Amino acid sequence: MTDIPENRWPALRPMGIGGFLVSFGDQLSEPANRAALAFRAALERASLDGVEESSTSLVSCFVRFDPLAVAPDQMRGRLTEVLQVQDWYAAALPEGRRLWRIPAVYGTDLAPQLAEAAGAAGLSEEAAITALSETRVRVQTIGFAPGMPYLGELPKAWDIPRQTALTPRVPLGALCVAIRQLVLFPVTTPTGWRHVGQTAIQLFRPQSTNPFVLRPGDEVLFPAISREEFENCKKAGPDGGATSEVIR
Amino acid sequence: MTRSLIIQSAGPGLSLQDMGRAGYLAMGLSRGGAADPVALVEGAALLGQSADLAALEMAGMGGRFAATCDLCIVLTGAEMQADLDGQALRWNASHIMPKGSVLTIGAARRGTYGYLGVAGGFDVPSVLGSRSTHVAAGIGVLPTEGTELPVGKQRLDQAGQFIQPLDRFGGGTVRVAPSVQTHLFRNDLQRFEKTAFTRDMRGNRMGVRMESETGGFGSDLGLTVLSEVIMPGDIQITGDGSPFVLLSECQTTGGYPRIGTVLPCDLPRVAQARPGDTLTFRFVQMDEALEAESAHRTALEKLSGTLQPMIRNPHDMNDLLSYEFISGVIAGTEEDTP
Repeated sequence: MTDIPENRWPALRPMGIGGFLVSFGDQLSEPANRAALAFRAALERASLDGVEESSTSLVSCFVRFDPLAVAPDQMRGRLTEVLQVQDWYAAALPEGRRLWRIPAVYGTDLAPQLAEAAGAAGLSEEAAITALSETRVRVQTIGFAPGMPYLGELPKAWDIPRQTALTPRVPLGALCVAIRQLVLFPVTTPTGWRHVGQTAIQLFRPQSTNPFVLRPGDEVLFPAISREEFENCKKAGPDGGATSEVIR
Repeated sequence: MTRSLIIQSAGPGLSLQDMGRAGYLAMGLSRGGAADPVALVEGAALLGQSADLAALEMAGMGGRFAATCDLCIVLTGAEMQADLDGQALRWNASHIMPKGSVLTIGAARRGTYGYLGVAGGFDVPSVLGSRSTHVAAGIGVLPTEGTELPVGKQRLDQAGQFIQPLDRFGGGTVRVAPSVQTHLFRNDLQRFEKTAFTRDMRGNRMGVRMESETGGFGSDLGLTVLSEVIMPGDIQITGDGSPFVLLSECQTTGGYPRIGTVLPCDLPRVAQARPGDTLTFRFVQMDEALEAESAHRTALEKLSGTLQPMIRNPHDMNDLLSYEFISGVIAGTEEDTP
């Protein structure tokens, strides 16, 4: 195992009066992300008195509580107990995660920045498509917009910066790349990430009983499909041809 | 009979707000809800109903509204010019709005976010447990010209009361607790507390930018912090060194370092500051913060016991007559309510 953060981590720090942030590093690494996911899963299982909500970011677990119901010192104590149960960097990922296959058209007018991104990564377009469609990436965190995943980690060649200028608009379902990560947009939005693929999946469905499709810790493959197949996926409903299975 | 309020014209910042959707941080959806929840509690106290019901939030400017049935309305938050068929209405008060009457709400005179509530609440469909408009997430009803807002089951006997609003308008001192990056600003904290900030023109439900004449603030790490969970109240230091205080509809993660976080009880003071109002920030210890928060909640709980009838105010005559008309005790007031 590489990249284990130095020993000042994990750190439990107050965030205002009604929050604690349990961080497993100050930069993104696979062990720190895994630790955050595993710790939050344990915290949810422990269902501590007074915890109103928890979430994960790339390398941290955030806990929100009512400081008038449970004193912050007491909450710190409860969290410390859970934190000391095990070495979270060595923890297994939570159970119940799923592997998704979300079909994507790479390049074409649907995803016009494939060539540019491939160039920045020093790859041919074909090699870029192979890398993007065959790398199994993890939902490292969900944020920015409802249900929007940050996925990683891509091979080192993809450590390309975001654009300095924003693309004024990428459509819902756009698959974009930068800094060894992919993002998949649930909304139409401006972005600095390069638009390399287009999917037909709708990740945020506020009217559905299952409004958020992906969960932190899920894994995703983006198999390459043709333009014709994409049109069929679009007709297939909000999943856009995506399938999932529980990881065992 | 339809029970509703029709929006005949709308200011640019209308939305429906309740206490928001808690519990979806992990899925990237911020809680949202009223920028000034105190105004919802005051309105609910005046109407004798739950503060979880939805009211119209009006940023800086109201609109024109018509009633399709007799309504009992309440005006709270930022004081705005208001009249009902030409008759001036008192702010921080409940009024009868007869069927067919037109309510005109103009620009804010004090504060930023004004609220128009109704007895029964605006009964639009709930999405993920709330009726709040979440603009960034694209959920909830976005009220515009022509929108007809259904009104829930209501009672009309709460009209004609006034409430003294909790103090939160015109800027002032805002209490701040440390957050995860406060230590990175250790060389700047004293100057930060001594600086008189003015609320910038730039501001919306996601947050407001603060301006000062003393130059920007910088952390030891510059801008290179990893994106992390953010919460309403957090004071981010943005690229130009200016503080940006996050409000209820902020995103769930952010990459700017945070110098501290405004206590929840003082956040309405930030939201209600108008461009040009002066705000200062003061760090407090945990004990003081908890006491302040506790005192705030007690004050909110006691609001319903502080209502005053509007009998002697000249503005009240109209309400009083309308009230009597509604309850059918006196007749002959039709000419007042065409």
